Amino acid sequence: MLLKIDNVQKSYPGGRPVLRGVSLALDKGQTLALTGESGSGKSTLLNLAATLDSFDGGEITLDGTDLSGLEDPGRAALRRQSVSLVFQQFNLIPSLTVAQNLSFHARLAGRLDEAWSTHLADRLGLSDLLDRYPENLSGGQQQRVAIGRAMAAQPKLLLADEPTGNLDETASATVLDLMLSLVAETGAALLLVTHSQDIAARLDRRAHLSGGRIT
Amino acid sequence: MTVAIIQVLLSHWRRHRLQLATLLIGIALATGLWSAVQAINAEARASYQRANEQLALGQHDELRNPAGPITIDRYLSLRRAGWQVAAVLEETTRIGGRSIRVMGVDMVAYPALPAVTGIEQSATPPDPADMLTAPGRLLASPDLARFLSNQTGLPPVLTSPDLPPDLILTDIGVAEVLLDRKGQISRLIILPDQPRTLPEIAAITPELERVEASSQLDTAQLTDSFHLNLSAFGLLSFAVGLFIVHGTVGLAFAQRRGMIRTLRALGVSMRQLVWVILLELSLLALFGGLAGLMLGYFLAGALLPDVAATLRGLYGAPVSGEIALQPKWAVAGLAMALGGTLLASGHALIRLSHMPLLSGAGVQAWRTAAFNGFTTPLLGLLIMLVGIIVQLSIGGLVAGFTLVAGMLLGAAMLLPSLLSLVISIFQRFTKGPIAQWIWSDMRAQLPGLSLALMALLLALAANIGVGTMVSSFRLTFTGWLDQRLTSELYLTAKDDQQGREISNWLAPQVDAILPIRSVELAHPSGPLFLYGVVDDQTYRQHWPLIASGADVWDRVNAGEAVLINEQLARRQDLWPGDDLMINREYTLPVAGVYSDYGNPTGQAIVSMTRLDQIAPGVEARRFGIRTRAESATELADALRDRFDLPGQAVIQQAAMKAQSMAVFEKTFVVTSALNVLTLGVAGFAILTSLLTLWTQRLPQIAPVWALGLTRARLAQFELLRSVLLAAITAIIALPLGLALAWTLLAIINVEAFGWRLPMYLFPADWARLFLLTLLAALVAAALPAMRLLRLPPAELLRVFANER
Repeated sequence: MLLKIDNVQKSYPGGRPVLRGVSLALDKGQTLALTGESGSGKSTLLNLAATLDSFDGGEITLDGTDLSGLEDPGRAALRRQSVSLVFQQFNLIPSLTVAQNLSFHARLAGRLDEAWSTHLADRLGLSDLLDRYPENLSGGQQQRVAIGRAMAAQPKLLLADEPTGNLDETASATVLDLMLSLVAETGAALLLVTHSQDIAARLDRRAHLSGGRIT
Repeated sequence: MTVAIIQVLLSHWRRHRLQLATLLIGIALATGLWSAVQAINAEARASYQRANEQLALGQHDELRNPAGPITIDRYLSLRRAGWQVAAVLEETTRIGGRSIRVMGVDMVAYPALPAVTGIEQSATPPDPADMLTAPGRLLASPDLARFLSNQTGLPPVLTSPDLPPDLILTDIGVAEVLLDRKGQISRLIILPDQPRTLPEIAAITPELERVEASSQLDTAQLTDSFHLNLSAFGLLSFAVGLFIVHGTVGLAFAQRRGMIRTLRALGVSMRQLVWVILLELSLLALFGGLAGLMLGYFLAGALLPDVAATLRGLYGAPVSGEIALQPKWAVAGLAMALGGTLLASGHALIRLSHMPLLSGAGVQAWRTAAFNGFTTPLLGLLIMLVGIIVQLSIGGLVAGFTLVAGMLLGAAMLLPSLLSLVISIFQRFTKGPIAQWIWSDMRAQLPGLSLALMALLLALAANIGVGTMVSSFRLTFTGWLDQRLTSELYLTAKDDQQGREISNWLAPQVDAILPIRSVELAHPSGPLFLYGVVDDQTYRQHWPLIASGADVWDRVNAGEAVLINEQLARRQDLWPGDDLMINREYTLPVAGVYSDYGNPTGQAIVSMTRLDQIAPGVEARRFGIRTRAESATELADALRDRFDLPGQAVIQQAAMKAQSMAVFEKTFVVTSALNVLTLGVAGFAILTSLLTLWTQRLPQIAPVWALGLTRARLAQFELLRSVLLAAITAIIALPLGLALAWTLLAIINVEAFGWRLPMYLFPADWARLFLLTLLAALVAAALPAMRLLRLPPAELLRVFANER
């Protein structure tokens, strides 16, 4: 199993519980939509899977590595090697060009494949924008760069937090299509957090978070 | 409504306390360093004024004899003709090893001196007869009075608190005995109330020259250059401090754009807002300025003793070593704080006042706009050019400082573009993703750090410039001392008679006896000290000539020519081949020019025979003695024993050099202190910039962290970024500092002091400063890096959450 979350608990500072024993599993090539109300803990669960945050109880295994008790360098290595992230607000590196942003994660992971990067740029419609800086791109273009950056690293698991939440309907559909087709092409697993039932319906499985539990 | 607006605006500072502290510290530092310099200058000038008032200097026309002292019979001729004149005998002498100016005045005729009337009106006034009849009384400042009371053979001493520190005021009869100048008068004061019909002075004493009160060179004029130098460095420190204010206010305004937009949407006019913000800035300036005044007061108190010693040593200026709090100085300091704050905030305020109601530009946009485009570097180049044009076309000391200001300000404005260019070059040759990100991120951070880096550039350039000047001066001065102080012993006899006895005794046992004889003459260029020399190899081999004609020493020794010091040469534009008019009777060609550091007045050297012709009767009680270095100590002891000379009357060469070097080192204590403080302020500017940029830094770091870099590595990169930027700035500062050093040595020093120094390079000093800069940058970045290292992941995650 690529990602195994077992009875995970997490409370905010001050003690308010946000996850009350969540369990789910995701294997290679599978896609899973995580839905739920605002504040239900969707993003928190995604951050835990991305090794960005620590949990209070339970167990998470990512690519065969138990995350409990893993120190900062180990977590960072997992983020470089096994996971890629796509955020709602793109979070590109403003000081790098589109080309540099696209290859950045792959180069960090030591897996830059020039041919694959060029292919990605073509597929994402970024070939003419490679020398631009993020501030000169539209929201849809920025999110395509973010997806390209994530996929260039050829991750085993792609984690996406409301990737279309900031885009209009047309851009949203384009971005989702591209993401799903690239995931299918590379055989990566996808865990996607969304409010939208329509988007969730396009993925293999869906899990709904409510009151800190999967329902 | 105004109160409501103020409350809203002040709420920003409650949430950004560090920013508030930074702003107040910036104002306080700027005001403090400037005020310290001004307090020192004000105190010195007050001392000069006090001395002038106490001694009635520069208030009456005077008569002087360009050929030397005035004799009693000339004085009596004037009195008999009805002229109301008062005689003054004035000369510097050494008492107990201390150089003291003795001013003997005709106590009966001289205008009422505050120092004398103060004593006469005291609780225990002396008998007036005691002042005039032997042994007389000496009036001195409390410190000098204590010193004099320990000396033997002097008349009783009375204390007068307002007299200058190294001056004895006494009746002219007492001064004649003290100075061994029987029947001699230095100058005659023409008293204000004269009879109606009087014969012309020129008809009675044609050899005397009348010097009007307004044209008498006083201490304040002599020391003007020194104070101007000090003010310039104070202004530089002030400017560096204002960089902090400018940066902090700009950021605060940018962060409040949203708040201001809301206030305007709620019906507050921009005019009202601007007035309230001006009020807010004024209050902040006053608080910061008050703190700065306190800082400046203590700083001035710490530095004044060294400045006073310098002014006394260099100009004989009467400055006490204690600072007094003067209301005028405090008001001026607060005005500077207010003016400086408004000046530093003006740009941000104007931009804010022109902000469209619906403008959405945030902090980043403000930062980027601040130094973008070609305007700033072009303006920088233009300012540099203006400085150069002013120097070339006008010249003079003020033009020299305009050049320095243009050079520094222009370079500071060019800095962001230069840094960006250097970073681009590095970026182009970098391959790894992390290195590439570091360079690109560094470039992106430039707008936010530019002001702090500009402050660092100025501080470093000033350090290199002033450091090079001082070290060049030290090297030159040491070599010059070796040339000038060649005699193994320097001796001062009690009087001419003892001088002759000592000479006779020494003649068979030493290599040479070199009399040191001089007279102060009135000269159109100011006081001229004329020295006589005997023909000796010591002068031919060692005298530090910087320009000379053929057979220079042969001509001087034959009485056919004169040597002049560099100050006189530059002031009068006299060089070998030109003629120097010594007085009405004697005009001699200039055979050579010699360097004469640490002396503000003109000096000339003629043969001893010529000196006796020009000014007969010049005292002969000081000598340089050439002997074997090994026997110098023994000979000094023998001289003291045999002629009953006090310890200070026989000084060995090494001690003389040590004394000279001590005065030299004191001269630069203030500039060195200001340099270190300015560098400290620049380091603080980097720290405050990094801290105020902290909130905008997280959104840039968080994505990189999310992509797999640890916080520890990111913290290391933060340190590296700060160190690299400081290093590049330091490298750019080096040529700027050297250009500044050249300007100081070749233009400012020549204009201010009358001597030009050779420029030497000191790479070891640069290396030390470079390391110090890296250390300062490391320390400044340490706090933000530590914060990053200890930052909980939840804080970084909030960046992603906040974006939503």
